Amino acid sequence: MNDTAYAAERQPDPEEEQVLAVIETEIPALPRDEHQLIPSLQGIQNRHGYLPRGGLVMVARHFGLPASKVYGVATFYNQFRFNPPGRHPIKVCLGTACHVRGGDIVLENFERKLGIVEGETTADREFSLERVACVGCCALAPVVLVGEKVEAHVTPSKVEGVVTQVEIENEMAVRAAEREEQCHGKTD
Amino acid sequence: MRNKVTMTVDGLEISVPAGTTVLDACLDNGIYIPNLCHLDGMEHPPASCRLCLVEVDGMRGPVTSCTLAAVDGMVVHTNTDEVRELQKLAFRMLVSCNQGNCRVCMANKRCDLQQIAKFLHLPLRTKQMRHIPKDVPEVLTDHPCIVYEPNKCVLCGRCVYVCERRGNPFSLSFANRGFNTIVTFFGSEAEGVEDACRDCRACVDICPVGALSFADERERHLRLVEAGKGRRKAG
Ligand code: SF4
Ligand code: SF4
Ligand code: FES
Ligand code: FES
Repeated sequence: MNDTAYAAERQPDPEEEQVLAVIETEIPALPRDEHQLIPSLQGIQNRHGYLPRGGLVMVARHFGLPASKVYGVATFYNQFRFNPPGRHPIKVCLGTACHVRGGDIVLENFERKLGIVEGETTADREFSLERVACVGCCALAPVVLVGEKVEAHVTPSKVEGVVTQVEIENEMAVRAAEREEQCHGKTD
Repeated sequence: MRNKVTMTVDGLEISVPAGTTVLDACLDNGIYIPNLCHLDGMEHPPASCRLCLVEVDGMRGPVTSCTLAAVDGMVVHTNTDEVRELQKLAFRMLVSCNQGNCRVCMANKRCDLQQIAKFLHLPLRTKQMRHIPKDVPEVLTDHPCIVYEPNKCVLCGRCVYVCERRGNPFSLSFANRGFNTIVTFFGSEAEGVEDACRDCRACVDICPVGALSFADERERHLRLVEAGKGRRKAG
């Protein structure tokens, strides 16, 4: 299995199962007019953050269209996502200014570091990676958005830094939780 | 009997049934015009490959012959300098984002791209443009038994057209956009698709290049090519 918008290797994903169950309940309310296909896809994406593979198939069945046609329509537009947004969405700017200052190299660095390609999400849903056009601070090029935070003048070492930072924060959160538990254990 | 129209192509007089396209009229009469995206009987030819250009007296500039109906008294030229220049440009653009290995390809020697290259005296790799293969895997195996090789595909749309007309619940489609446009078999994992496609073959048979093939036939072919190579080395 390897169409290009969905990750090649797909592990069973309980979070996605839940999303699909909800989408299933939303389907009957969708219009059946082909002209409403794109708004229907937009609706699903707005509610769930992305278009899961199974959701596309359900939409196709509802509209009486081959699944490949719906997939074709969805992949034509930049606005559609095929993977769930990560907890830390990384948006690499490839606007003109960032592009000439090596934005594509930054993107490549992230791809290598995270082991995913642009448009994908890591298996633990920690990071998702996408490219965006000018985010309006060209003087800081090349620019990366990590969540809402702007990272300026990004270099390969900064790419490492961004990922490590998140990993450290997660690790600290885990330890804090553990300490909490131990303390509670003592007082009991 | 249907009305006939008579026209002149490259100084030769030909008669064809009214309503025939100029492209079909020429091909039926042994006058070759390069073409990739047209199929006989298409109601709305996509006219996307831009290879089938001709000049017609009284019309400005070259026009695509696949979208032009033959008319009585028409005077057509298939080999003017301007036509050839534009055809060469279109062909170079096409191969600039194309990549195949003819030696091992199942379509070798019956490939329309090879034929057109020969006809236009052009190589299958152009040095005049940057080579930009598609940013997708070399071989896509979404379909249970058909293999798709995006970098051989010339995006003519023939497969999509014939598959749609089969009226199978499953159907091929284009996906993505721009340089990364591909043909997709999304949804072909559904039940019954494999059997239906094995019986149908329409897309594999219509592909003008070697971009679509049945996985097992391709395997066998590649093994034979490898064996042939071994023999040549040994001999
Ligand atoms: S074999 Fe027939 S039904 Fe199957 S994808 Fe090709 S054209 Fe469509
Ligand atoms: S796979 Fe073959 S028939 Fe289909 S669009 Fe590509 S070149 Fe044309
Ligand atoms: S091009 Fe990247 S911020 Fe403007
Ligand atoms: S055959 Fe006429 S444009 Fe392709």
